[in-house]
Amino acid sequence: MKFFHLIWGNLRRKQLRTALTILSILVAFVLFGFLSAIKQALAGGITLEGANRLVVRHKVSLIQLLPESYKARMERIPGVSGATHLTWFGGVYQEPKNFFPQMPVVPEEFLQMHPEFILKPEEKAAWMGTRTACIVGRKTAERFKWKIGDRIPIQSAIWMQKGGSHAWEFEIAGIFDGKERNTDTTQMFFRFDYFDEAREQGKGLVGWYIVRVTDPARSPQIAQAIDAEFANSAAETKAETEGAFVQAFTRQIGDIAMITASIMGAVFFTILLVTGNTMSQSVRERAGEIGVLKAIGFTSTQVLGLILAESCLVSILGGIAGLGVAVLMISRGDPTGGMLPLFAFPAHDVLIGLVISIMLGLVTGVFPAIHAMRLRVADALRRM
Amino acid sequence: MAGPINWLSQVVSITKFGLLGIPARIGSVAAAVFGIAGVVTVLVGVLSIGAGFRRALEMSGSPRNVVVLRSGAETEMVSGLAREDVNLISETPGLSRGPDGPLSSAELFVIINLPARSTGMDANVPMRGVEKAAFQIRDQFKIESGRALEWGRNEVMVGSGAARQFAGLEVGGKIPVGRFEWPVVGIFSAGGGTAESEIWTDARVLQSAYNRGDSYQSVQAQLESPSEFQSFKDALTTNPRLNVKVVRQSDYYAEQSTSVTKLITTLGFIVALLMAFGAVFGALNTMYTSVSVRKREIATLRALGFGSSAVIVSVMLESLALALFGGLLGGCLAYGAFNGFQTATMNWQSFSQVTFAFRVTPELLIQGIVWAALIGLIGGLFPALRAARVSISAALRDL
Amino acid sequence: MSDTNVGHLVAVEGVEMVFKRSAEEIHVLRDLNLHVPKGEFLALMGPSGSGKSTLLNLIGGLDRPTRGTVRIDGEPLDGLSDRKLADWRARHIGFVFQLYNLVPVLTAERNVELPLLLTHLNKAQRQKHVAAALEAVGLSHRTRHYPRTLSGGEQQRVGIARAIVTDPTLLLCDEPTGDLDRKAGDEILDLLQALNREQGKTIIMVTHDPHASARASRTVYLNKGQLATEPIQ
Repeated sequence: MKFFHLIWGNLRRKQLRTALTILSILVAFVLFGFLSAIKQALAGGITLEGANRLVVRHKVSLIQLLPESYKARMERIPGVSGATHLTWFGGVYQEPKNFFPQMPVVPEEFLQMHPEFILKPEEKAAWMGTRTACIVGRKTAERFKWKIGDRIPIQSAIWMQKGGSHAWEFEIAGIFDGKERNTDTTQMFFRFDYFDEAREQGKGLVGWYIVRVTDPARSPQIAQAIDAEFANSAAETKAETEGAFVQAFTRQIGDIAMITASIMGAVFFTILLVTGNTMSQSVRERAGEIGVLKAIGFTSTQVLGLILAESCLVSILGGIAGLGVAVLMISRGDPTGGMLPLFAFPAHDVLIGLVISIMLGLVTGVFPAIHAMRLRVADALRRM
Repeated sequence: MAGPINWLSQVVSITKFGLLGIPARIGSVAAAVFGIAGVVTVLVGVLSIGAGFRRALEMSGSPRNVVVLRSGAETEMVSGLAREDVNLISETPGLSRGPDGPLSSAELFVIINLPARSTGMDANVPMRGVEKAAFQIRDQFKIESGRALEWGRNEVMVGSGAARQFAGLEVGGKIPVGRFEWPVVGIFSAGGGTAESEIWTDARVLQSAYNRGDSYQSVQAQLESPSEFQSFKDALTTNPRLNVKVVRQSDYYAEQSTSVTKLITTLGFIVALLMAFGAVFGALNTMYTSVSVRKREIATLRALGFGSSAVIVSVMLESLALALFGGLLGGCLAYGAFNGFQTATMNWQSFSQVTFAFRVTPELLIQGIVWAALIGLIGGLFPALRAARVSISAALRDL
Repeated sequence: MSDTNVGHLVAVEGVEMVFKRSAEEIHVLRDLNLHVPKGEFLALMGPSGSGKSTLLNLIGGLDRPTRGTVRIDGEPLDGLSDRKLADWRARHIGFVFQLYNLVPVLTAERNVELPLLLTHLNKAQRQKHVAAALEAVGLSHRTRHYPRTLSGGEQQRVGIARAIVTDPTLLLCDEPTGDLDRKAGDEILDLLQALNREQGKTIIMVTHDPHASARASRTVYLNKGQLATEPIQ
């Protein structure tokens, strides 16, 4: 890059101005990272593993229970290669603010259905071996400093044991990790056989089913077939892909994507104004020098390229620095203290950030660059 | 040697030069003003979500009303009360009385899935089974269109917020309940509270539709006066035949709003703080430009005997003026764009949707303007100091 | 006056230059003819506003005449696109300006290297040319200095080094000594004269200083847009 000295020299001309511009771009990209992480935290969780899975819930609402006997009927439907169920336990550890999700499951089936949860074989064996045992995700285990072998009391708001107590106790047999960085490891799973026997009410009822299909492309038809199977029964169902289910659920929090997009729109529009203005100012100031370059024999296109390279360099420097700061900030974890378990900066958003920084450079540079390109040499030299 | 009047007139004249020069620097000035306007818009906009949500929940509860739940239950969702409990509660002294007896309504709370009008995706809509007294207990209850429920019939009334957000909720529409469809007969408002997000029907009808036997989830009741609360609560909690908890309706809803409000406020502040940093850099850039193009002019004035403090103050005044203008612009934008914006979000405590409107309150606007002023002062300070330090002779020499 | 002799490096034929300022038309050059043979050191004199710089810009291809033709080495410039013209300037013309017009953010050697960036030379070759050019103007010891740390005369020498580094056939100098004191000005004139005599560069120099024009091999006078061989009183 033989023109580098020229571009770099121009940036160093007014170091304070360049520094301030880079800093404001940096801030924009920190914000970009931060909002990506919020979006990820609120709307994330749609994983590749879920592509071949359906969620089947009670048609009226998720809080309505379904019979355990539906499992066998679903597995008989062509295209279904397995079904397992979960039930919302709604418990807290010690006090209400220590909330995290717990669900009774059928261990073998459940782990087979969810390859994204990684559990050591010996821990799995321990879980199978003890009826009151549970497994806990890494994040929650770290949050409460639990280790294998701990007995943890959980107060369920929904389920009571025979005799009317809402206090339950489980022994941690294993701590599972997520296969991907954005796999949710805040959950706790315990054994359905123990739960079903110990609970006072609702025996034989489960919360919802996860169904695996052999061909994801046929998911809509299979979902229809499932709903048809239970139509006109006491508990009708609604089956949909895991992605659609999660998406509908997040949409209930609000249109997160829309809100973050409009904030980012406002931010980048502002930055665009500030940086674009700085670039034009800087180009106006050196109209004469641009005239000299042209007199020496630089073509208009080369001048255009020089100015664009300069604005891109500024915004890429700011962009990389900002994304770096964002990565550091976000890796320190959820700023709200537990309300956003999936708070993380997805790698593909980092890439999008880089692309945006290049585009920002092009857009902020384009008007000054065209101005410089159109500059008539004789006029420019007169202005020296 | 310069008296305060003289000093003031120095400040005024230097500031005037600066402000008169703005048209020549319109690009960079506009960039700074819009930068600050952007910060204020986003800050006020995000915080107005929190203010609106809090307001909706505050409007739901009156300190005169009580909510009775099963002991240990945090919300209606997980509570359960038998018919006998409900009878004992309504017979407890201290409640207001209406034409049909004590103002006490035993209620059921369930969730049904209805598609949102905006996205077409299913949302959890709260559905409440109520008794006659429910209308009097919510003192701002008002039928907006259609008619009141007829007791014992499979029909529903719909809160105005829910009617706006979810498909099929208009008078004459039908909603699926179990295997049947129930007609919507009326739309009501409730002073902006969460009841407006709900679908109401006769509790008895809902019991049979949901196979709930003769059980309820909560009792909502109105006290003769807010001061009756403690004695009413004691009467219930000491009754050996009952195992319940009693909370003021206002506290019950305030508790529900805290986590969402905290989340929105925290995130809103972080976003606004970051943006403010960016805006400070923008303001610094603008003011440095303003000072550098006037270097000779300032030096000339200094040579004529103007004091350096007058220079500092006037540069900061200029910056403050631009920032306040930006702040006002941002406040107006936020007010125009967000105030009254109707939306719905998830209330995690009831696992269902609450409809509410963004609220741009005067406090939020003032907060926005204060932020703008701070950005302006910081953005003006360093350039002001530089302007004051300019070497007079050097600045006069070069063009 | 209209003999299109092929031996001429520069041929300006019937050139008119009209600037429009609002409704008014200003005739800067009127039916102007000028021929400069290869190897000549021509001084172009005239009062300010007489169109000297405009003429120089036309010869350097920085501007296009309203009417008439400029040929360099027999090739008419008006047929060239802007892009071709820029390429052509890079190869054939070296400019020297009154105010040196160095790029302030580049060192002396980087300033001199600028025109070479437009060629296909590699880094080592470029450095060789830069060193030779700086050597020729006697500035080998100040290569890493920024323009603001150099004296006016030194800056102008960097300007000349930049003009000759591509080995152009024609040097166009616009008041090269106009901003310098007598001593520094003389040194620059010595340098130009040496470039003319020893390396055979054709030089056209605009000046209003008789002391400078005395060094040239021929002097022409421009007044009210027309040329004369004698100063007009």
